[in-house]
Amino acid sequence: MPQMTMLQAINDAMHVAMERDPDVVMLGEDIGKKGGVFGATDGLYDKFGALRVMDTPLSECGIIGTAVGMALYGLKPVPEIQFLDFIYPAFDQIVSEMAKMRYRSGGQFTCPMVVRSPSGGGIRGGHYHSQSSEAYFAHTPGLRVVMPSTPADAKGMLLASIFNEDPVIFLEPKALYRHGKQEVQEGWYTTSLDEARRVREGDDVTVVTWGAMVPIVEDAAGTAAENGVACDVIDLRSILPWDYDTVLDSVRKTGRLVVVQEAPRTCGFASEVAATVAEKAIDSLEAPIARVTGFDTPFPYALEHVYKPDKKRVLGAIEFTARWA
Amino acid sequence: MAARKASAKAPAAKRRAAAPDPYAVGPLGLFQLVDEDGKAVAQVPELPEGLPERFLEAMLFQRALDQRMLNLQRQGRIGFYGTAKGQEGATLGSGAAFAPEDWLFPALREGAVALWRGMALEHYIAQCFGNGADPTHGRQMPCHYSDRGARYVSLSSPIATQVSQAVGAARAMQVRGEGQHVAGAWMGDGATSENDFHAALNFAGVWKAPVVFVCQNNQWAISVPLSMQTASETLAVKAEAYGMPGVRVDGNDVLACYVAVAAAVERARRGEGPTFVECLTYRLGGHSSSDDPTKYRDESEAAIWEKRDPLLRHRAWLTAEGRWDDAREEAFLAESGKRITDAIATVEAAEPVDRATLFTDVWATMPALLADQQRRLDEDLPV
Repeated sequence: MPQMTMLQAINDAMHVAMERDPDVVMLGEDIGKKGGVFGATDGLYDKFGALRVMDTPLSECGIIGTAVGMALYGLKPVPEIQFLDFIYPAFDQIVSEMAKMRYRSGGQFTCPMVVRSPSGGGIRGGHYHSQSSEAYFAHTPGLRVVMPSTPADAKGMLLASIFNEDPVIFLEPKALYRHGKQEVQEGWYTTSLDEARRVREGDDVTVVTWGAMVPIVEDAAGTAAENGVACDVIDLRSILPWDYDTVLDSVRKTGRLVVVQEAPRTCGFASEVAATVAEKAIDSLEAPIARVTGFDTPFPYALEHVYKPDKKRVLGAIEFTARWA
Repeated sequence: MAARKASAKAPAAKRRAAAPDPYAVGPLGLFQLVDEDGKAVAQVPELPEGLPERFLEAMLFQRALDQRMLNLQRQGRIGFYGTAKGQEGATLGSGAAFAPEDWLFPALREGAVALWRGMALEHYIAQCFGNGADPTHGRQMPCHYSDRGARYVSLSSPIATQVSQAVGAARAMQVRGEGQHVAGAWMGDGATSENDFHAALNFAGVWKAPVVFVCQNNQWAISVPLSMQTASETLAVKAEAYGMPGVRVDGNDVLACYVAVAAAVERARRGEGPTFVECLTYRLGGHSSSDDPTKYRDESEAAIWEKRDPLLRHRAWLTAEGRWDDAREEAFLAESGKRITDAIATVEAAEPVDRATLFTDVWATMPALLADQQRRLDEDLPV
């Protein structure tokens, strides 16, 4: 199997999808000849042409609005929003239209489409090239919100998303685009959009996370293990709908929970994870639930390294939770 | 542009012309075939057999249906209603110009187009009752119709979102090589201020998409008059900046609306790109059953437009042509009234929506988290 970065795996998935089905089309800003600002759509324009790989005018609301129309008509559009921070002009189309079309039409009209967007920090991008906005979308019934953390998951989940009947917000943790390579299966395969991934087995503390926080949590869990604390690390992968059974099973085993997210604290998805565990598994809890998150501040430029949860903060939370008696 | 030059030569829309061309009138003129008194001011082109009579019937039917539905709202039997009173000509004239295979993206007042294209009257009424007879399970407030068979796409309340969707559908037709189909998008004058309006026309121009934009300029966005909506001389003239022709039509002249939009549809079908058609009309009633226009509008203005009623005008023209008479109208109205009464009775007798439909159609298959929520509801509040 070839070794690929997440970026290469995403690119490969789109090649596979477009070869498989002529109804798969891409649209967005700079995705054609340039191949995207990160190179995610590299080579697609040359291979599939301007009618299927469309450089659009600079309008996020136009990109998503027209993509909704394409999906209604029967295509499988994969619009790219260049940075998640720029998605807000399209919020109306996503929340009011794409997410509700199946429901409001009684299933007469549907929007099978995938909105791809690089998410989170990692490139010193300040407020507008760094945010983790998954919670806004996770608050919208009808959407699937997914965020892979490995190259293999990125490819398998992107293919699963494109050939899924629901509209998907596909968040790509840009910090992991070139984080490292992994063996990725060639050609067609899909990865579940309904199941979390167990990253590491352990009996002492459950650590739930997703996206760019996964390798940081893995690193912290490795050090914790050296200190005698075995973490059960779960990568949610899908934020909505999310696999709480896997989380609950783990908490029933460990009795302790740490949730790590890059996004701001208040009303972040970590809060949903914590609330669900408190509701459904409070009898199993032996320690308070801990959240390690970004802060309730705009995403900073100079202080990005302070804002983002790092190994030290995650390890601190794991050890605090493990010691609680 | 060629259209502008032509309009400069012939600015008087009312002058009788041998071969009326809506594009020649241009975005600052007003394309008209029949004037307020029902007199032809230009040669009415040959229309499909029986179409003018069908227009009058459909307008009469919509007027009667709207009144009955508004009455139901006043009686507390449905929750809300918005009539098309005064705009039936613009609605039906534009809607009839599309073929059954075309895809239509309506705004609030195009329900008559759904019926024209074959949506069942019972479904129209059931959507307003929001009961078990409604194929959309009472999920939206009244007047938000959806009919797959009529290719009448589900309407939402946010303004202008449907306009860019229509452009996307038109683009999909190009991608699929089905450019013989056309997409149609309706909007009101208020919608021209929205982001989606700009995005939609801009994308359509760049893509040369097979789409026709129909703006029902009824001059009021709830309480805000057109003069506070835009400083543009007309709405149609905005089209030029997007690289497409804008056509301004007398929206209370159903034949002119049909001819102008049909020309735009054919142009799109030929692969020549989009057109923006402004139908100048007037909202004779309130915005909806929740609105009282006397609070913000001088009713003497409405009185002027009452005289320009598209229904009166078209009836006068048809009668003068010897194609319509009182007896025919009486018979039609009696039969329509009975149809509406019967349909309301049938629909009103239906069961309330099944509670289980609260949870279906959110995702293609119900995820575990939603199944859990439904199970919990059923435990807490057994059906």
